[in-house]
Amino acid sequence: MKIHEYQGKEMFRKYGVSTPRGIACFSVDEAVAAAHKLGGKVWVVKAQIHAGGRGKGGGVKVAKSIEQVRTHATSILGMQLVTHQTGPEGQKVRRLLIEEGADIAQELYVGMVVDRGTQRVVLMGSSEGGMDIEQVAAKTPEKIHKGFVDPQAGLSEAEARDIARRIGIPDPALDEASALLRGLYRCFWETDASLLEVNPLVLTAAGRVVALDAKLNFDDNALFRHADIVALRDLDEEDPLEIEASQHDLSYISLDGDIGCMVNGAGLAMATMDTIKLYGGAPANFLDVGGGATAEKVTAAFKIMLSNPKVKAILVNIFGGIMKCDTIAAGVVAAAREVQLSVPLVVRMKGTNEDLGRKILQDSGLPIISANNMAEAGERVVQAIGKAA
Amino acid sequence: MSILINKDTRVMTQGITGKTGMFHTQTSRAYANGKACYVAGVNPKKAGENFEGIPIYGTVRDAKENSGATVSVIYVPPAFAAAAIWEAVEADLGLAICITEGIPVRDMVEVRERMRKQNRKTLLLGPNCPGVITPEELKIGIMPGHIHKKGRVGVVSRSGTLTYEAVGQLTELGIGQSSAVGIGGDPVNGLKHVDVLKLFNEDPDTDAVIMIGEIGGSDEETAAEWVKQNMKKPVVGFIAGVTAPPGKRMGHAGAIISGGKGTAQEKLAVMEACGIRVTKNPAEMGRLLQSALE
Repeated sequence: MKIHEYQGKEMFRKYGVSTPRGIACFSVDEAVAAAHKLGGKVWVVKAQIHAGGRGKGGGVKVAKSIEQVRTHATSILGMQLVTHQTGPEGQKVRRLLIEEGADIAQELYVGMVVDRGTQRVVLMGSSEGGMDIEQVAAKTPEKIHKGFVDPQAGLSEAEARDIARRIGIPDPALDEASALLRGLYRCFWETDASLLEVNPLVLTAAGRVVALDAKLNFDDNALFRHADIVALRDLDEEDPLEIEASQHDLSYISLDGDIGCMVNGAGLAMATMDTIKLYGGAPANFLDVGGGATAEKVTAAFKIMLSNPKVKAILVNIFGGIMKCDTIAAGVVAAAREVQLSVPLVVRMKGTNEDLGRKILQDSGLPIISANNMAEAGERVVQAIGKAA
Repeated sequence: MSILINKDTRVMTQGITGKTGMFHTQTSRAYANGKACYVAGVNPKKAGENFEGIPIYGTVRDAKENSGATVSVIYVPPAFAAAAIWEAVEADLGLAICITEGIPVRDMVEVRERMRKQNRKTLLLGPNCPGVITPEELKIGIMPGHIHKKGRVGVVSRSGTLTYEAVGQLTELGIGQSSAVGIGGDPVNGLKHVDVLKLFNEDPDTDAVIMIGEIGGSDEETAAEWVKQNMKKPVVGFIAGVTAPPGKRMGHAGAIISGGKGTAQEKLAVMEACGIRVTKNPAEMGRLLQSALE
């Protein structure tokens, strides 16, 4: 689960991490009032969407007067902000963060994730703040400094100072930087975060260390013990079909193609998408119906796939192990009838009771195209679209 | 022979009284030598009772001492599963197989750290995995037993149904399996591809291996480098997720391309460079293995 920058900063403050003072706003008038309340001479108007790269897309602007705050807030609020993470259609800006301006002397980078190799949290720091960190890692890996944290001890003073020194924090600010890094680590650990990024972390002209940015993602599997974090969820930022799917306990992800697919199991679902591509098609979604699919679940899955207007055909690929093919077939037939399916449907079923399942499909009188294996299924669904077009 | 388990293995089920634990203990027990192999269950509140004749103990240690079981299969719900793994480790079992999906990563980081620091000998398979089967001997986990056939090909995979797909293809071609191992789809887990490949390499009754991976992490690359240096048997491979977009978790918690790393293309390239024959067509996994045996 993701949260907004302003929510991340509120969380940071609870862990003693310095951030600029700021106020979240939902309207231009609120933005102007916020600037008055914050005082000072320089403000930053920041679009709050879950995607990164907001600055480059025109979603972050500096204002040097209250009038400019109004102008920027008016232009940013409601815009379709396009960044490298939103896709070409962009994301509508519904919230703003108005912040006091910072007197930046140096921009740095700090991030944390769980490292799969060492099975520990890795703290990554770089002197190259404000840049695309993936590019820094690719072009100048020596500029990324890493520390692997012992989960039993937590991030020690010495480790934090070491990283701070290596990314270029000057000696007088080392105490403050080390306290900030330790606060960030505690925040990451205690909230069950899966990603924490501060880009940039800045050293101000006055020698203070401040988190100018806050990106936090959380482990969905741990949300059951963080009701406070769940309360921060912003459904406007999520794909409505993915939300609908999660309510039916289906794992669904929208993609750009035109062939809907419904599969049991995540690995097989990915492999099915790959097969569609191999035969020249493009998958419209990832959809794992899971191990215990019922007729109701299959119907919900069909409705979700078909509410994507791009879908021109559907491929169902089931490896029935625990789940029986006849149960799935009955579900598919019921779903196809209920949604009055009008696009070609290719079904490949394998495993327990596959003959029974195939008979149910045949006897249904529906124009279902049957396939004996994955390759045939991929080929036939792509052909079906060719004919339809 | 086989790896990890065989007909002489004695198994306990942690979480035997839950819906999933009951169901899969029943189907696993009905497979091959399951009747003799499943000897204990664990539930702290139901010690002294039994599940269809399988005695239930209050702790893993009690179950081990009284039943002789050295392997545990864990169906405990996600919030308590890491503690269940640790209980199996502390009781010095040989192998703990955790089927449970949805365990918080932080819980796994803590358990794995304790296992390393205390130099524990228990092997962990999973979590979020289908388990392991040695065909016609013993099935521990949620895989459909009937698609398997005894033979000399090893299968190791991060996914459930995709493993069944590979096994199904092999069996259809008349090629049996020595053992089929699901290592699970979570980012922080126990045995990895490389660990299972080492076991297959040492197993005199395994002639070749199918290794199935997916996007996310770099376990497949690590395994491929090891294969290049050490593997005495042919390995063929498939990686799922060529079409997966970056930054999206594809069902499995660990199946995510992050920071441009962990793509299927990258993994396939490294595997090929290390002498592993790969296919981009999942319908061809069985035939590819067949051609490697010729």
